[in-house]
Amino acid sequence: MEALVNDLGFIIGTTLMYSTPLIFTATGSVITERSGIINIGLEGMMYFGAFVGAAVAYFTQDPWIGFLCAGLAGAFLALFHAIATVTFSAEQIVSGIAINFLGPGLALFLSRLFFDGATQTLTIPNKMPLPLNFLFGDGKLFASTGFMDLVFNQFATVYLSIALVFVAWFFLYKTRLGMRLMAVGEHPEAADSLGISVYRIRYGAVMTSGFLAGLGGAAMSIAVVSRFSNTLISGHGFIALAAMIFGKWRPQGALLACLIFGGAKGLEIYLGAKGFPVPSSILATLPYVLTIIILVGWVGRSRPPAAIGKIFDKGEA
Amino acid sequence: MTSIDFSRKTVEMIDVVKKFGDFVANDRISLTVHKGEVHALLGENGAGKTTLMNCLYGLYRPTEGKIRINGKEVVITDPNVAIHHGIGMVHQHFKLVEPFTVTQNIILGQETTKMMGILDLAAAEKKVSEISEKYGLTVDPRAKIEDISVGSQQRVEILKALYRGAEILILDEPTAVLTPGEIQELVTIIRNLTAEGKTIIIITHKLHEIKQVADYCTIIRRGKFIDTVEVAGVTEHELASKMVGREVSFAVDKRPAQRGERVLAIENLVVKDNRGIQVVNGLSLDLHKGEILGIAGVDGNGQSELIEALMGLRKVQSGRIRMRDKDITNASPKQIISEHSICSIPEDRQKRGLVMEFDVAENLILENYQRRPFSERGVLDHQEIYKFADQCIMEFDVRPQDAQMTAKSLSGGNQQKVIIAREVSNDPEVLVASQPTRGLDVGAIEYVHRALVEQRDRGKAVLLISFELDEIINVSDRIAVIFEGRIVGEVDAENADENNIGLMMAGGRV
Ligand SMILES: Nc1ncnc2c1ncn2[C@@H]1O[C@H](COP(=O)(O)OP(=O)(O)OP(=O)(O)O)[C@@H](O)[C@H]1O
Ligand SMILES: [Mg+2]
Repeated sequence: MEALVNDLGFIIGTTLMYSTPLIFTATGSVITERSGIINIGLEGMMYFGAFVGAAVAYFTQDPWIGFLCAGLAGAFLALFHAIATVTFSAEQIVSGIAINFLGPGLALFLSRLFFDGATQTLTIPNKMPLPLNFLFGDGKLFASTGFMDLVFNQFATVYLSIALVFVAWFFLYKTRLGMRLMAVGEHPEAADSLGISVYRIRYGAVMTSGFLAGLGGAAMSIAVVSRFSNTLISGHGFIALAAMIFGKWRPQGALLACLIFGGAKGLEIYLGAKGFPVPSSILATLPYVLTIIILVGWVGRSRPPAAIGKIFDKGEA
Repeated sequence: MTSIDFSRKTVEMIDVVKKFGDFVANDRISLTVHKGEVHALLGENGAGKTTLMNCLYGLYRPTEGKIRINGKEVVITDPNVAIHHGIGMVHQHFKLVEPFTVTQNIILGQETTKMMGILDLAAAEKKVSEISEKYGLTVDPRAKIEDISVGSQQRVEILKALYRGAEILILDEPTAVLTPGEIQELVTIIRNLTAEGKTIIIITHKLHEIKQVADYCTIIRRGKFIDTVEVAGVTEHELASKMVGREVSFAVDKRPAQRGERVLAIENLVVKDNRGIQVVNGLSLDLHKGEILGIAGVDGNGQSELIEALMGLRKVQSGRIRMRDKDITNASPKQIISEHSICSIPEDRQKRGLVMEFDVAENLILENYQRRPFSERGVLDHQEIYKFADQCIMEFDVRPQDAQMTAKSLSGGNQQKVIIAREVSNDPEVLVASQPTRGLDVGAIEYVHRALVEQRDRGKAVLLISFELDEIINVSDRIAVIFEGRIVGEVDAENADENNIGLMMAGGRV
């Protein structure tokens, strides 16, 4: 019985840990899509963020500085996306694809430069802290092993990501800026005719999504694992995108979807650890297969923001 | 009409010029409006009315000319400045965020907030209710835009302007999309507003509306100022000929119909709307060669769904549609158009009628691009396409005469002419025309009506759907009245009695 509870704890714990990078990225993606700009460059932004986060955390020995710099790195790439799509009305998908080449390219180039030609960083000295760790151990509130420890003794990034979803929800539905952002994504001409700057709001939204994707990448490279390597991100940006769509362009929905995808990963690791008689390479496809199934079955059924992907220009000659 | 304060000029536009590239949309237009006045702007489609008002509202910057508000010269660089000077505008095509509530739409850009930019929707709703009661603009502040009628949406647009403290209200073709009942409500609202000292500039193509609500009327033709007249001193005919620059006849002159054999038969048709409610309830209808059958009815009695089902855009639940004795129930739109030769002028020209990003020539061949001479072995022949387009533009008087203009940059009325040109030149056996003259000027209306009659005289069948009873009675040979998804009566247009039809439209028995 206790073994079963512990197994469950293990699955929940790994689910939370692996969902975290997705939650950061998907929440950012909700923000940008709600303003009317598609960002499929999330993958590249996560990748670059993961590298910058690990590299900075390695050199400064401070995971928090690394984390912050990862966000800035993502926002830096997003700036290009914003310039291309908002200012120059470029095709949003094409620009996003370009970012997906640029992000990894830049990361690997810098990695070779700073880590003796290696395509991965060295192990960082300090990972993200476990903020609730003081509750667990001998003579503390909970034992240092077991269900409670497995589920609740998580990295700071895990708690941050969940808090972020609440903040994003509050921002979108309860604040003035959030309402304006959604108006811009639905009907930019209407917003414009009421004196709202469509361009400024879209810049802000795209940069925010880049920042959060960068954080998502770092949540991978300095918490889930403790270094950046070139296969670390492999599709997480796209999974986050799928989660955002599955979550119907809502932060709370995206959170749920990320937990489902993270759950697939948790299950994969659990089954692998148990020596389940299926090759690990097949198990590892689980999250991706799930992504495809969900996208095929779901996309048609939910309604995206009306102005998404469309060009807005003020029509002045 | 007594509320005008002639000592106060609220709006003065002096020699305003607006050019788009080389094209002069407004050519030295002047306009003076006083406090409490209702001032109408009259002009053909593409005359430059909307452009002029966009200059006043700051959406466009005039190329030349001066604007004075309340006697002070101002430069209106963007809508914020216009709003600041007390100018509000209700656009020809509404600018509302569909999934937002009424309140959210009204306060957008000038939200009531608590600290730190947190919305205070309760306070906003209260304020909205106050204003709506004051002017008799009934709306439900919590309803979503996508769930309310066009008339209510328009009230939301007016409230949006009033909420921003508008003293000068521009209404661009406010009645084009309203039902007769809603138009009467709007008239009352306009009276309430002027009684409160507001100034109104209204654009409309309907001359009797000008006679009914306006004090003065400024007429423009092809971007040029023609005259400003006191409405009480002119007749509708005089207004029309000033606007078009020639005599126009309101009556449709046509020979008696040469009714031929039956082409289209609809039997016991049942169709559901988007919400899954059955809105066409066992409707039956026959259409013969050489006749125009008018369908009279109040908006929302199943007309749109009937047409969509006929054109293959909506599933038929039960019943049959037969064209020349072939069953076409639930056939694809492509089959219906090209094999069965039924063409339609759709009700919503921007959503269903045109690809707004395409140019006029491309829009004109949307249904025939795969045929010769427009394409050969899958390759488009642009020379032929533009030759055809130039021909259509001449024949149907689309302005400006430029096949390379995008549909988006045409005026509303000229967009409609492009669609009519496309469908009529297809020469279909059955032409379905839904609201074909919505938003058209009287000259263009005369033209469209003549096109429908010509089609009939060449032995083709025409099905006309309109909410305007006048139009139905003038143009049709036979009139069917639709009510709650069924045909409740049929009369000959010759001896049609407006009151009887009106009664049947409201569900009354005759
Ligand atoms: N953004 C634009 N770029 C180029 N040309 C334009 C633009 N907007 C309008 N025009 C042209 O300017 C002319 C005037 O258009 P406008 O919309 O003001 O007409 P209108 O009088 O409001 O007509 P309607 O009654 O059909 O609405 C038209 O010929 C139109 O094609
Ligand atoms: Mg107009």
